[in-house]
Amino acid sequence: MQRMLRAAFAALWFMILTLPVLGISLNTVEHSVVWRWDRILGLGAGIFALAMLWDWCFARKAAGRPVLPLPGGFGLGFALEALRSRPGLRRCALAVLAVVMLLMPVAGSFYQTNIMISALLYVMLALGLNIVVGLAGQLVLGYVAFYAIGAYAYGLLNQFLGWGFWACLPVGGLLAVLFGFGLGFPVLRLRGDYLAIVTLGFGEIVRLTLQNWTSVTGGPRGISDIPRPGLFGVSMDIAASTTYIYYLVLVAVVITIVVISRLKNSRVGLALQALREDEIACEAMGVDITRVKLSAFALGSCWAGFAGVIFAAKTTYINPSSFTFMESAMILSMVVLGGMGSIVGVVIAAFILILAPEYLRAFSDYRMLLFGAIMVVMMLFRPQGLISGERRRYHISALHGQGGRP
Amino acid sequence: MKKKALWCAVLAYCLWATPLFAAETIKIGVAGAHSGDLASYGIPSLNAAKVVIADVNAKGGILGHQLELVSQDDQCKPELATNAATKLISDKVAVVMGHICSGPTKATLPLYTEARMVSMSPSATTPSLTEGGNNPYFFRTIANDKAQARLTSDFILNGLKAKKVAYLHDNGEYGKGFVDGNRLMLEKAGVETVLFEAVTPDAVDFSAVVRKLRRAKPDLLVFGGYQPTASKLLQQMRRDRVTTPMLGPDGLKDDAFIKMAGKDSEGVYTSYPKDTSNLPAWKQALEGHVKMFGSAPGSFYYNAYAAVVALVNAMEKAGSTDTDKIVEALRTCPVETPLGTLTFSKTGDAAGMALSIYQIRDGKFVELEHSITLD
Amino acid sequence: MSACVWGGMDIQFFIELFFGGLTRGSIYALIALGYTLVYGIIGLINFAHGEVYMLGAFTALLVAGVLGVYGFPAGGILVVAALAAVVWCAAYGYTLEKVAYKPLRGAPRLSPLISAIGMSIFLQNYVLLAQTSDFVPFPNLLPPMDFLEYIDYVMGPSDFLILLVSTIAMVSLSLFIRFTRMGKAMRATAQNRKMALLLGINADRIISLTFIIGSALAALGGVLIASHMGQVNFGIGFLAGLKAFTAAVLGGIGSIPGAMVGGLVLGLAESFTTGYFSGNYEDMLAFGILILILVFRPDGILGKATVEKV
Repeated sequence: MQRMLRAAFAALWFMILTLPVLGISLNTVEHSVVWRWDRILGLGAGIFALAMLWDWCFARKAAGRPVLPLPGGFGLGFALEALRSRPGLRRCALAVLAVVMLLMPVAGSFYQTNIMISALLYVMLALGLNIVVGLAGQLVLGYVAFYAIGAYAYGLLNQFLGWGFWACLPVGGLLAVLFGFGLGFPVLRLRGDYLAIVTLGFGEIVRLTLQNWTSVTGGPRGISDIPRPGLFGVSMDIAASTTYIYYLVLVAVVITIVVISRLKNSRVGLALQALREDEIACEAMGVDITRVKLSAFALGSCWAGFAGVIFAAKTTYINPSSFTFMESAMILSMVVLGGMGSIVGVVIAAFILILAPEYLRAFSDYRMLLFGAIMVVMMLFRPQGLISGERRRYHISALHGQGGRP
Repeated sequence: MKKKALWCAVLAYCLWATPLFAAETIKIGVAGAHSGDLASYGIPSLNAAKVVIADVNAKGGILGHQLELVSQDDQCKPELATNAATKLISDKVAVVMGHICSGPTKATLPLYTEARMVSMSPSATTPSLTEGGNNPYFFRTIANDKAQARLTSDFILNGLKAKKVAYLHDNGEYGKGFVDGNRLMLEKAGVETVLFEAVTPDAVDFSAVVRKLRRAKPDLLVFGGYQPTASKLLQQMRRDRVTTPMLGPDGLKDDAFIKMAGKDSEGVYTSYPKDTSNLPAWKQALEGHVKMFGSAPGSFYYNAYAAVVALVNAMEKAGSTDTDKIVEALRTCPVETPLGTLTFSKTGDAAGMALSIYQIRDGKFVELEHSITLD
Repeated sequence: MSACVWGGMDIQFFIELFFGGLTRGSIYALIALGYTLVYGIIGLINFAHGEVYMLGAFTALLVAGVLGVYGFPAGGILVVAALAAVVWCAAYGYTLEKVAYKPLRGAPRLSPLISAIGMSIFLQNYVLLAQTSDFVPFPNLLPPMDFLEYIDYVMGPSDFLILLVSTIAMVSLSLFIRFTRMGKAMRATAQNRKMALLLGINADRIISLTFIIGSALAALGGVLIASHMGQVNFGIGFLAGLKAFTAAVLGGIGSIPGAMVGGLVLGLAESFTTGYFSGNYEDMLAFGILILILVFRPDGILGKATVEKV
C-alpha cells in the first residue's frame, strides 16, 4: 500500500514536471495553445507502473539479490563461470562463435554484414580504450581524436601520394601512437578528472583542426573516393569488397583480443593495473610511472589508428563530423558498460551499443531516447558493468613448489 | 459454355485477389537526419514524404499498389548514412529520397549506384555530386552551389555594384561551399574581400564577429549557412547598428527566417527558385503539412515535396519500378511540383528550374529582376 | 583582409570586444556555477547540466507563449516566464539527481559519469520528441532601455540584462554560501562529507539543494541567452555546456569565484581571438587555453593546489 502511495506521488510529481515541455504545444500558425492532457495522463500512468517496478528493483538490490537477472545477472554470469571453469566447454563455445562469425557474411544480408563491420570496428576501439581506461585507469575523453588521425592518415596519404590501404595501415597506427605520445608527455602530471578534461580538449582541437585546415584536409567538405582495400589487384564489386573488409576487421579484432589478453598479464599489463589501483603505491614499488603511462597512451591510441584506417576504407568518405565528442562518449560508455578491464564484457557492450540503435530502427523516433534511458538504467543496477574485469589469482602454494597455477 | 464459366471464375478470382496484390506495397525510402543536432533539416523532408504518400494512397496509390514509407535516420553522419543506405537496399525500396547533407550523400552514392537504385536529394548542393557523370542514378531538386554562386555573384556585381564584400559562413559544407563559390567569382571580377571567416552556429553570442564586421565596413555581407544561424547573426548585427545588407543562399528563403528575425530581416537578399507560391502544387503542399502537422513546414520542405512527387510521378509514368525506366521518365516526363514544372538533366540536376534573387520587403519575399534558368 | 582589421591599437575596438567578451563570459559563468557546485560537493561532472539550461529556455518560451495567447500584459511575461523556468528547472535538477545519481553513490567513479551522458542524450531527445526539431523563435520581451543610448554600440538591453542578472546571481550565491546555515553546511559537505555527516548535516539534503541551485542558475542562463539570441532548439545545451564546463575547470573546478573568473576569462579570450585573429580559431583557442592552464596549473586559476598525502 505504501508502495502504491509512493508510486502515485511519483506519478503526480512527473506529471507536474513535464507539464510545460510535454503538455503544451504552441500552434504558431493559428497562435493558440493546445494542452496535451492525453500525453500528461499517459505519462502519469506510465510513471506509476515504472515507479512500482523501480521500488521493487531497489528492494531487490537492497536485499542483495541481482536486479537484472537476464543480461547481466546470473544468466550470463552463470554461463561465464561455467565457461571459465570448464576449458572443454569454453573451446566448444569459441568454436561455435567462430563458425557463426565466419559464416556471417554468407548467411546474413549485405546490410547485416555492413553493420557488423561497424560493430567490429567499435569493438576494436573499445578494446583500445580499455587499455587506457580499464587497465591503466586513465580517464580519456578524447579518444576519437586517434581514430580521426588514423582515418585522415589514410585519406590524405592516398589523396596526395597515392598510397594504398596496406601501406597506410601501419602508418595510420604509427601516427596515432606518435600523437598518443604527444598527448601523453604534457599530461603526465595530471590525474583523474583533469586528465579527462585535457583529453577532451585535445579531441576537440584535433576535430577543429581537421575542419579549419581546408587546404589540406578539405575542411568540412571532407575527403571522398577513398579506395576500398585491395586484394592483390583483384577487382571486386561492393558486396564482395564489403565481405572482404568484414573478414579483415574480424581478423583485426581477433588479433586485438589476443594481444590485449596477453598484454594484461604481462609485465607492462601488471604495471598498468598497479597504476590504476594506486599511483603512489605503484611508484613506491619501483614502477617507472612515466614509462608506464606513456606506454598506456601509445598502446591505446595505436588500435584507434588502425580502426580509423579501416573505417576510412569502409565508408570511402570521411569528414570531421564523424569524429565528435559524442563518439568518444560512446566508446567510453562501451568500456564502462562492459566492465572496466574485462575483454569479454567490453566486446559484448560494443556489440550492444552499436547494434541496438540499428535494430531499434523499428522504433526510429524513440531509439535515441531509449538509448539514453538504457545507459542510465544499466548504470543504476549494474554499475560495475556487464562483466566485472577478472583478475589473475595467485596461489600461495605455487611458492612452495606445489604446482598451483602460476 | 463451360470454358466461359471458367474464364469468368478466373476473372472474378483476379478481381477478388487484386487487393491482395495491392497489399504488396511500393516502398519509398527516406533517408536523412531525423535525430541529432541536424534533425531540423531532415525532419521537414520526412514530413514531406509522409504528406505526399498519404495523398497518393488516399487516391488509391500508383500502379495498383499503395506506397509505403521506409525512413532511415543518418544523423548527417557518413558512417550512419552508409548503414542506412545498405538497410534501404536490403529492404528493396523502389527509390530513395535523400540524403539531406552533402557528406552522407557522397558516402552513400557508390552504394546506390552499385545497387542501381535511384536516389534524389532535396538539399545536397555540393557540385561534385552531379559533375562527371559518376552517379547516373542520382538526382536533386535543389540548385547546386555553382549555379547559385553564378546567380548571386552576378547580382552582387551588376545589381548591387558592391566593391567591398565580407563573407561569413558556418564552417559547414553547405555554407562554406556557397561563400567559396561567390568569393572566387567576385575576386576574379576585382571585388575586394574585407573579411572572410567562420562563426560557430551554436555560440552563445556573436558580438565579437559583428563588431569586427562593423569595422571592416563592407558594402555587403555574403552569408553561407542555414536560416537559424543567419537570423541570430542578423539580429545581433542590427542591434549593434550594423546596417550592412546581407545576402544568403536558398536556405534563407524560408518564412521561418522572417518570423525568426522579425523586422531585422528587412532587406535581406537570397537566391531561390523562381517564385512559385501561387502554383496549385505549392498551395497543396502547404495545406497538406498544416493539415497533418498543424504547423508551417520547415527547411527544404518544398524541395523534398517536389522530390517525392517527381519520384512517384516517374514510377507512374514508367509503369514500373525498374530503375532504367524511372531514370528515363525523370529525364523526359515533366512533372508539376511546388518548385515549378521540372525535368532532370543528364547529370541529375533539375532543369527548367529558374533561380531568382529575392529580397525581403515588408515581411515578404519579393522577387527581383535578376534570374537565371538552369539547364 | 587583415590590414584593415588589425589597425594597430584601437581603443574603441578593444572596448567593444571587451564588452562582448563580458556578456559571453557572464553566461559561461552562470552555467559554470552549476558544474562547479556539483563537482565541489560530490565530485561528479554533471554532463546533463547543459540540457537543464536548454530545458530552462524551452520552459520560458512555452510559458511566455501561453501567457501571450491568454492576453497577459507584455511587461510581466518575461518575469513570470523566467520564474517558471527557474522553478521547473530546479525541479528537473532535483529529479535528475534523485533518479540518475543518488542511487550511484559509492559506485565506481565512472558510473555516474556514464549515467550523466545517458541522461543528456535522454533529455535532448525528450525535448525533440515532445516539442520540435526546429529552431523556435524566442519572443523579444525586453523593454527598451533608453539609458543605454550612449553606450549602445557596446551594450544592448540583453547584454545589460545578462550582466546585471548574472552579477546579482553570483553575488547572492557567494553571500548564501558564506553566511547562511545551509551555505555553511554545503561548504562543510564539500570539504569532507563523512565529517559533515558526523556533525549532523543531512548530506542528502545538501546534495539535493546543490542540484536545485545549480539548475536554477542554468535556467536563468537559458532564459537570458534565449532572449539574447532570439531562438531556441533542443541541441543548444551541448556546446554551451561544454564551454561552461571548460570555464569551470579554467577557474578551478569546485571553486565558486573560480567559476566566475573562469567564465569571464574564457569569454574575453574568445572575443579577443575572434576580434584580432579569426572566428575560425575561437573554439580551438578555448580548448587550447584549457589544456595549457591544466598542464601548467592543474588546479585552475583560483583552485587551491591539493597536496596528495599518502
